[in-house]
Amino acid sequence: MEGAVQLLEVANLEVVYHDVVLVLRGISFSVPDGQIVALLGANGAGKTTVLRAISGLLDVHHGDITKGEVRVDGKATHRLTPAAIVDRGVTQVMEGRRVFAEFTVEENLRVGAHTNPDEREENLARVFDLFPVLKDRRKHTAGYLSGGEQQMLAMGRGLMSDPRFLLLDEPSLGLAPLLVQQIRDLIVEINRQGTAILLVEQNATMALSIAQHGYVMETGKIVMDKPADELMRDEDVQEFYLGLGGAGGERKSFREVKHYKRRKRWLS
Amino acid sequence: MTEFLQATVNGIATGAIYGLLALGFVIIYKSSEVLSFAQSGLMILGAFWVVYFSSVLALNFWLAVLLGVLLSALIGVAIERSMLRPMVGKPAFSVAILTIGLNIALTVIGFDLIGVEIRSLGDPWGIQKVEIGQLVVSQKDVATIVASVIVVGALLAFFRYSRFGLAMRATAIDQETALAQGIPVARVFAVAWAIAAGLATIAGVFLGAGTGVTAAIGVRAIRALPAAVIGGLDSIPGAIVGGLIVGLAEAYTVAYQAEYLGFLGQNFSTAVAYVVMFFVLLVRPYGIFGTREVVRV
Ligand SMILES: Nc1ncnc2c1ncn2[C@@H]1O[C@H](COP(=O)(O)OP(=O)(O)OP(=O)(O)O)[C@@H](O)[C@H]1O
Ligand SMILES: [Mg+2]
Repeated sequence: MEGAVQLLEVANLEVVYHDVVLVLRGISFSVPDGQIVALLGANGAGKTTVLRAISGLLDVHHGDITKGEVRVDGKATHRLTPAAIVDRGVTQVMEGRRVFAEFTVEENLRVGAHTNPDEREENLARVFDLFPVLKDRRKHTAGYLSGGEQQMLAMGRGLMSDPRFLLLDEPSLGLAPLLVQQIRDLIVEINRQGTAILLVEQNATMALSIAQHGYVMETGKIVMDKPADELMRDEDVQEFYLGLGGAGGERKSFREVKHYKRRKRWLS
Repeated sequence: MTEFLQATVNGIATGAIYGLLALGFVIIYKSSEVLSFAQSGLMILGAFWVVYFSSVLALNFWLAVLLGVLLSALIGVAIERSMLRPMVGKPAFSVAILTIGLNIALTVIGFDLIGVEIRSLGDPWGIQKVEIGQLVVSQKDVATIVASVIVVGALLAFFRYSRFGLAMRATAIDQETALAQGIPVARVFAVAWAIAAGLATIAGVFLGAGTGVTAAIGVRAIRALPAAVIGGLDSIPGAIVGGLIVGLAEAYTVAYQAEYLGFLGQNFSTAVAYVVMFFVLLVRPYGIFGTREVVRV
């Protein structure tokens, strides 16, 4: 049985908004412990909705799971409160950073530690280690940070709960190429430290360059499900999601994948 | 000059009471976006509990206040759980009306429990005065000011330094993001009501101290609403400042209006809070410290 396996699973998930708008039509995929899994798709495909269903945030948007399950290590979590889901080790970093603008950097991180106050200092040290800029700016007001810094803060805040599964919703959105690189390297490092990552991205090149496995969504369905390197070579994906130009650059980042790939940790 | 200073001390004391009530209103509003008009009802019921513990059970006054505040806080939680929780996501206006009904219910129950007599709180101040230089002020006013400073200071420290206080502020800024961090937002709402009910009880104690608790204190408590509007419905410092402005405006009106604006009648001080509110809103639509639109209809 899958129950013994350490993973985050979404099984046959159907989500409806406002009782009428069917947005997810039977989605299934899994994020094994310790891996990076990319979830790709065009605008409106339903990627964010998948993340909301996992982290329990559908309620806020008048959404409902009408079918299917979300499981962590084989146990259903889709009827739990967001707080209980964070407690099970699943934390979402929402699209658009959503830092508490009037809080300081440190206060933002303290909020992230809400479910895990006992290990706050260790986690704070780890976050400052990953993102030294946050340490330098710890007393600064979060709203005045640059976009890249705010993204780091949002990720750092998510890590304060010491999640086993980190859900990232378009972390590269609106960032300059150099910063996208930096965020990508940070995701790899976070993963190397033992956190599995579900990476939702419009920037498929970036996502596939670090993921082990990728899923492509289209209007509420998974239309492709392949190892990341195969997806990267897939003609359709190249055409629709990787764009036409910059093929040379893509290849380069693809080679880096090999370099970053780690021993899979199926059992922790 | 002495008259002015005395009116000022009196105004600050009354204003502090309005401030405590307005603070409860603001804390509920910031946490849950519910406009609650139940503060005066919570205050009457809370004051009754203190009367009950202090006069009927003959407990020590401070113990009675403590028990009254705790019991009121529990009632606040129960109200939130049973009446407000099912209203999450319902139109803000409907929920506000619901709290008006709740206020009527609490007031009626409170009046019924208090009865027609004046009920003594058994407070240590009575109607005694203290002399500070030439100034003669009532002990109760001094106690009100001191207690309010302590209570507000403790509350601000709670919001600033404690884990749950921070969680409440985070919820006020962005509920969904707070949820995503694992903050139990439902508990934040409940705690907001507990704090509001506790503050209302303390306000009731100081409104009723000295003269005793009567049905009339409920009428005065309603002036906490213009105080909250003046300060800005979503501002904690605003609640205090708004309370003080209303308290001072009333005290000065009582002291000088008969002399200079006698034609306005004898009880104009009861209306002055709304006059001030009118002028503040002309200049600052969201109140002095307020930042956001309240209800978009
Ligand atoms: N609260 C809501 N009520 C109704 N429909 C919604 C709601 N939120 C999202 N939708 C719809 O659900 C569909 C999927 O939205 P979702 O945000 O999950 O897509 P996405 O893949 O994350 O898109 P993007 O790349 O633009 O972020 C869209 O058609 C969207 O309009
Ligand atoms: Mg999205």
